[in-house]
Amino acid sequence: MQMFRKLCVGFMVLAAANLLAMPAVQAAGETLEIVTKRGHLKCGVSQGLPGFSTPDNRGNWTGIDVDFCKAIAAAIFNDPSKVKFTPLSAKERFTAIQSGEVDIIARNTTWSMHRDTALGIDFPVVNYYDGQGFMVRADLGVTSALELDGATLCTNQGTTTELNAADYFRANGMQYEIVAFEKADESIAAYNSGRCDAYTTDHSALYAQKLKLSQPKAHIVLPEIISKEPLGPLVRQGDSSWNDLVRWTHYATVAAEELGVTSKNIDKMKASSNPSVRRLLGLDGSFGSNLGLSKQWAVNILRAVGNYGEIFERNVGVKTPLGIQRGVNALWTKGGLQYAPPIR
Amino acid sequence: MHRDAVLQALVLVAVVAGMVWLVGNVQSNLERQNINSGFGFLSERAGFGINQTLIDYTEDDSFGRVVVIGLLNTLLVSILGILFATLLGFSLGVARLSRNWLISKIAMVYIEIFRNVPLLLQIMFWYFGVLRNLPSPRQALSVGDAMFISNRGIVVPWLEAGAGAMWYGLGLLALAAGFIWLRRRALNAKLTSGQPTQVWRPLLVLALALFGAAAVMAGVPFALDVPQLKGFNFRGGVTVIPEFVALLLALSLYTAAFIAEIVRSGINSVNKGQREASAALGLPESLALRLVVIPQALRVIIPPLTSQYLNLTKNSSLAVAIAYPDIVSVLAGTTLSQVGQAVEIIFVTMMIYLSLSLFTSWAMNRYNQRMAFVGNAT
Repeated sequence: MQMFRKLCVGFMVLAAANLLAMPAVQAAGETLEIVTKRGHLKCGVSQGLPGFSTPDNRGNWTGIDVDFCKAIAAAIFNDPSKVKFTPLSAKERFTAIQSGEVDIIARNTTWSMHRDTALGIDFPVVNYYDGQGFMVRADLGVTSALELDGATLCTNQGTTTELNAADYFRANGMQYEIVAFEKADESIAAYNSGRCDAYTTDHSALYAQKLKLSQPKAHIVLPEIISKEPLGPLVRQGDSSWNDLVRWTHYATVAAEELGVTSKNIDKMKASSNPSVRRLLGLDGSFGSNLGLSKQWAVNILRAVGNYGEIFERNVGVKTPLGIQRGVNALWTKGGLQYAPPIR
Repeated sequence: MHRDAVLQALVLVAVVAGMVWLVGNVQSNLERQNINSGFGFLSERAGFGINQTLIDYTEDDSFGRVVVIGLLNTLLVSILGILFATLLGFSLGVARLSRNWLISKIAMVYIEIFRNVPLLLQIMFWYFGVLRNLPSPRQALSVGDAMFISNRGIVVPWLEAGAGAMWYGLGLLALAAGFIWLRRRALNAKLTSGQPTQVWRPLLVLALALFGAAAVMAGVPFALDVPQLKGFNFRGGVTVIPEFVALLLALSLYTAAFIAEIVRSGINSVNKGQREASAALGLPESLALRLVVIPQALRVIIPPLTSQYLNLTKNSSLAVAIAYPDIVSVLAGTTLSQVGQAVEIIFVTMMIYLSLSLFTSWAMNRYNQRMAFVGNAT
């Protein structure tokens, strides 16, 4: 009996060690194969950021980042619903992608050199150009971030925000105190209850979080943008075909906007004689199969989520509660930064 | 006997081999995935701010210093929490057994409420519930224009020590030594002659003499730093942040409910005859409790009490929910996401909690041995 018990202990230890071990790393091309075999895409998103990734009142995820994963699912399965969304906190996200828990993260994540080079992850593309800003109570009488000397700031833990705020206040010779919460909901609640003078995060998120306040109109977003925050999806390093697939999914939506192809006129556009349109829609060339997808890959994406302009306006544009202008996210032809390399 | 030893050796080999395999596997996977590894990050610049630091800290300091700051913040809230929870828990446990119906029922209601509501909810309640009702700094509640209570915390005046404060420190040390000596002398005198000896009066004389001497040597090198409203917030003095207050309150009140039950069971375990014997000797009830019942009850109380102390220390990691900068928040939170080395950082965090718990267990076990010896001397 005693011998049996001891053997059991030995087995348990080995089992625990097995659990702790990390999954095998995917080699090039393997991610697409695994996703196809599994039948759905595993996508890491935020825990709820209106306009980017948030569940609506029927429990369906919506937002720019959600649409990004839907676009990939559409490209692979011709079915945008074949995505399983995993809400992740800022500090959980990199571990989740490193350990293989998700295939892609689209979680308003800033592309920085350290993250790109030291964490075993890659940023294929930027789907939203952002910058950090501040929100304050209107009755505080502050009109510029430079008047925030001595202020207390609420923010989210595990973001580039904490570092940028430190740099900005130091560079301008100002004092500050920071209160960093694990969840965005808690930090906005603390700001709402007066714990902080200012709430600081990416500009787009400020507009989104403002909607959660008890009196959104009593707060203003200050004009200063104190940092560059190129937000984009991220994947594990080492599978460059998967990297390509993610990158060109975004470029397909940007190219479509540039060429005037939308989710509504796509069938009409198939009759177009414009060679660029024909290549995008898979009528000429073998661009889809080079990505390991069907010829129809871009058509499927555009039918599911529309072009970049449609995605932007539907989720965060001026007609949504967020009311964000295209600004730097306009096409390069309209003075913005969104630019797709040629599909040829 | 022999077969047993062989089996034990086999299991040991299996465990060690398992661990070696595990470490090697993690290492090679990290390398293959191009993820940084090692502890080099500890000496790199942290670059972020922390709103409660018991030692000096700026953004230029290293991640290594961040670890120390997080550890000190965890220790601060744990030690004070253990202190308050013990005091409150003992009072409640005794009150629970009171013959006064009202006192006993109040204690019972307290215990049932606080030990049956999840701790995280209690922390959130004290933080958001109380914070929301506090005024902004500009309308702060002021106590004699020196102490201010607002939703930025409690700001109290602080003594700034200048050059020469060292003499006062030496005086304080000498006073502590004097106190111990006086106590020992009084105890010896009582044991030999049975006569009580003065302790407090000679101590007062000693204190006056020592601080008088320090004042002669160094003058008065202290300046009172009174907080003042300046811009958005108070400057000067020392701020007790609301996150700390909420966490300390929740941890103390919650753990006190468990300690109360432990104390009650401990006291109940002492034979009724002991109480009756003390009454027969003419000891008033309060003295009987203090001198006869509790010393015996402690033998039963200490082991589960140790578990509560360990729980409180570990529960302090719930601080992340309300942004108190404890070790989990600054190390396994901010540092982890800035550096991205989950394996190393979670390992360090686990080792820190393990060391804290083992130290607490060791100290409590020693205390337990002392109490048990005295108790068994009958």
